[in-house]
This record gives sequence, structure tokens and C-alpha cells, in this order.
Amino acid sequence: MRRAGLPYLLLLPAVLFELLVHVVPMLTGIYMSFKHLTEFFIRNWSAAPAAGLDNYRFALDFNGAIGRQLLQSFWTTCAFTVLTVCLSWLLGTGAAVLMQDPFRGRGLLRTYFLVPYALPAYTAAITWEFMFQRDTGLVNTLLVHDLHLFKTAPFWLIGGNSFWALLITAVWRTWPFAFLVVTAGLQNIPGDLYEAAALDGAGTWQRIRSITLPQLRSVNQVLVLVLFLWNFNDFNTPYTLFGNVPPPQANLISVQIYDTSFQNWNFGSGSAMSVLLLLFLLVVTAVYLLLTNRRRKTDA
Amino acid sequence: MPRPPRGPKPPRSPLAPPASFVWTRRIVLALLGVFTFLPLWVMVSGSLKPLKDVQAAWSWIPANLTLRPYVDIWSTVPLGHYFVNSLVVSSCSTAISVVIAILAAYAVSRHRFPGRQLFSVTVLSTQMFPGILFLLPLFLIYVNIGTTTGVQLNGSWLGLIVTYLTFTLPFSIWMLVGYFDSIPRELDEAAKVDGNGPIGALVRVIVPAALPGIVTVAVYSFMTAWGEVLFASVMTDDSTRTLAVGLRNYASQNDVYWNQIMAASLVVSIPVVVAFLLLQRYLVAGLTAGSVK
Repeated sequence: MRRAGLPYLLLLPAVLFELLVHVVPMLTGIYMSFKHLTEFFIRNWSAAPAAGLDNYRFALDFNGAIGRQLLQSFWTTCAFTVLTVCLSWLLGTGAAVLMQDPFRGRGLLRTYFLVPYALPAYTAAITWEFMFQRDTGLVNTLLVHDLHLFKTAPFWLIGGNSFWALLITAVWRTWPFAFLVVTAGLQNIPGDLYEAAALDGAGTWQRIRSITLPQLRSVNQVLVLVLFLWNFNDFNTPYTLFGNVPPPQANLISVQIYDTSFQNWNFGSGSAMSVLLLLFLLVVTAVYLLLTNRRRKTDA
Repeated sequence: MPRPPRGPKPPRSPLAPPASFVWTRRIVLALLGVFTFLPLWVMVSGSLKPLKDVQAAWSWIPANLTLRPYVDIWSTVPLGHYFVNSLVVSSCSTAISVVIAILAAYAVSRHRFPGRQLFSVTVLSTQMFPGILFLLPLFLIYVNIGTTTGVQLNGSWLGLIVTYLTFTLPFSIWMLVGYFDSIPRELDEAAKVDGNGPIGALVRVIVPAALPGIVTVAVYSFMTAWGEVLFASVMTDDSTRTLAVGLRNYASQNDVYWNQIMAASLVVSIPVVVAFLLLQRYLVAGLTAGSVK
């Protein structure tokens, strides 16, 4: 009897904390999304009047101000995520593959490339915020003063450019993670595959194309999904870069929901938006896993 | 296109990469090196300039070097206070989270029991929840626990510690299961023959053998707690403010003390960056072990 109970006993603390911080709040959040929960009911939220689907209608009413904002921030987040994931994956994989064979200084360079990932997210974003200052930042000094690409110094943290500022900051922080994961993945490729290819007379580029990249497929499957979820939910970078009120062109969905909830004190519609976001992420993840697994099966 | 090397070609082994590869490598790595370098240089050089120099157009090389910002950061905002808050919250959540993860990973790695698969899948899938989804309810739950039981979770160290320790549990458990699986079972059996119970075997045999993995998980947990902004911005007040939120306070109404912000950023980054870089070797090994499964 003690034997059979032991694993559950060992799991108990983990399960309890997961319940408290993840599962119960998630269920509560779904419940809250059907309530008119405003600042008046924070201390006694079970007394909040039922809302039916009002919060969802409100969030999805794309003719209303809130709905339109949400929709725009959704598209912005999609564009931001796709670009960040693609660029980070490309840079990370490229660097890892190029550094697969030993050369002088490789170990040092690897460590150096990981520094942005090791920095706390907010210090990296704050530094980029400084660099993107119009009159005192490095970016405009480089582009206007040193390279003469612009006649007048552009703004980076307001207006359309803020999207690119956000993207660059995110990529700077994200690509080293892709680099780290792919570097680890490369070590699992059996060496005799390369030896066989060398005997067949395959060159370096050919070996990368026909062995390295296909062998990385299962690592990439997880990596791309993780990068997607992280960036789609990213709050740290936009919040640090722009503060409470981001420019509409760089208004990511996490910040939008945060503003709805804590600036406007409307927890009901904030929760409804969160639930919609979760549903979207679930669907994307499910479809992604289904497609990538099927492809792996047909290839095998 | 790269220039062909002049003079007689040096003899090359058949596996040596062609010039096109070597040049691609040089160019790509050089560009990435510059990209990585720019913000690091801004941090270092910006932190060594007087205020009037960071309020003028950016200069690559500081004209007037000063260490003043490193002195001023402690008095402009209560940085020491934030530091203590971050240190307490991150250390406690890391310590508790690592112990819980070790126990859970031991159960998953060494025992077959109904619900094992379910546990692994559920725990990993919490990783994908948007933080914003459970921020609001968690905030309200903490407020309500406070009013009904008197245990202050909102605005206290305890609330942040409990929150952060669960953030890293899924990854920590997953990684430690990989490590534990790679430790031969014969070692457990030998420990049991010596009269140890299952917990004795865990403490005497598995924990020492998996130490690199445990240290890696600890560093990862610490880094996550140290850098978290979203929950800290809602769940802390003036007395429990962490660095992640407190650093914003260098921007006053009139002046943004960029030199001090850069100095403070460096000061708060150095502990985690050094720890991470010292342990990156184990992190790669741990990720490798995890992805084999």
C-alpha cells in the first residue's frame, strides 16, 4: 500500500501548486468571463452580476472601439510573432550549423552569443529603448549621422516604426535561444552519418542540406512551437519598451488585455479576451502538431 | 563572391570546408557579433557618461568618463531595496521549486503508476497558457484569500514566491526526468540493498549524480523569477517592488537618467549573466538529454 501511494505523494506538492496558480485561476478566469466584473466587485466578485455572453460580444464587436482595438492588436501580434519566429529561427539555426565544426575561438563565440538570452528581459528592452531614443539614441546616430540613410531623424518608439523597434528588440533576445537549442540538437546527430556522406564525396554544403537539416526536424518541431507561444504571449518586451500605453502599431495582445483589465478595471471583458486568446493558441497548437506529426509519419 | 586565396593552395583534408563555407561563416558570425555587441556597448559606455552627455546626441566613445552613475543609482531610487526584494523572491521560489521538481521528476522517472502520462502532459501544457489569462483570476484569488483568511498574498513576497515557483516547475520537471532517466537503475538498487528507502536512494544516489542538471534547473528558475515583469507589476506594492518593475523609476517627471539606468541594468544583470554563462555547458547537455527522449 505504501509502495503504490509513494509516487502520488511525491507528485503532491507539484500538483497542489499547479492547481493553485494555473488550473484554478484558469477555471476562475473562464467563469469570470461570464460576469460583469468591474472595480466595484473586486473584493466580492461572486456578487458580480451575470453577463451571459456580453463580454464576448463586447470583445468581438469589431465595430465598437474595444473590438476594433482588439482585432488590430491581434493582427499586429500575428505579424510580430511570425516575423520574430522566422528571423530568430533563421539566425539561430544558421549560426549553430555554421559553428558545428570546430574552429579557433568557437567556444568563446558561443558563450558570447548567449549573453542576450542570459540578460534579464527588462534590462535588454530598456537598453534598446535608450538606443531608439530619437535625439540621444545610438540607432539614429548610426543611421542619420554615420550612414546618412535618413535626412531627418525618425521616431522609433511612436508611430509605424515602433513595430520594427519591437521586432528588433525581440529578435535580439530570442535568436540566442534558438541557437542554444539547435546547438544541443546538433550533438545528437550520429557522426557516422557524416562519415558515410564523406565517403560518398558529399561536400560541406551538401552534407548540411542532406543530413544536418533533416536530422534537426524533431528539434525544430518543438523549437518553432515554443518560440511561437513565447512571442505571441510576450508582455515583458512591449511593456518595458513602451510602458502602459504602447503605440497602436506595436500594441501586442497581452498588453491590450492588460490595459482592458487593469487600466479600465474591466476584469470581465479582460477575462473574455484571455479565454479567446487561449482558444486561438490551442487551435493553432493542435493544428501545428497534427500537420507536423503527419508529415513526419509520411516521411518515415 | 569571396576572392580565391592567392598563391599555392595549402593541402586540405577531404573534410575541410570549402572557401564559400568559410567565408559565409565569417560574414554571418561577424554580423551577428556586431548585432549582439551594440546594446552591450551602449550599456557599458552609457553607464560611464555624465548625465549631460547621455542627454546629448549619442557618442560612441565616452568623452568624459565617470563612475558617478554607479554611486547615484543607489540613492535616486531605492535600488538596494528592490535588490533585496528580487533576491528574496527569486531565491525562495528557486529553492522550493527545485525541491518540488526533484520529487516529481523522481516519481515520473522511477515509478510506473496510473496517471503518469496524464501528469506529464498536463504539466507541460500549462507552459503554453498566456500569463495574462491567469494573472487576473490569480490576482483576485490572492486578494480574496487575503480578506477571508488574513494571509496576505497580494503585494507580499509570499504571493510572488508561490507564483514564480510554479512558472518553472514544468520545464524543471521535464528536464530532470531526462537527467534521472540517464542514471542507471542499478545505482538505486544498490542503495536499496544498503538499507535505504526510496527517499534515501533519491537523496544519496540520484541527487548527487544529477547535480549538474539540478544546478541548471536552479539557474533557469532564478533567471525566470529575476526577469519577470507582468506579475510583478500587478502583485507588488512600494515595499515589495522588484527590480523588474523598480527600474522604471529612474525616469522622473523632468529627467530620464539614462546613464543611471544603464548602470543599474548592468549591476542587476551581472549576477544572472555570470551564473548562466558558467553553467551553459550543462544547459546544452541537459537540453540534449531531454531531446533524446
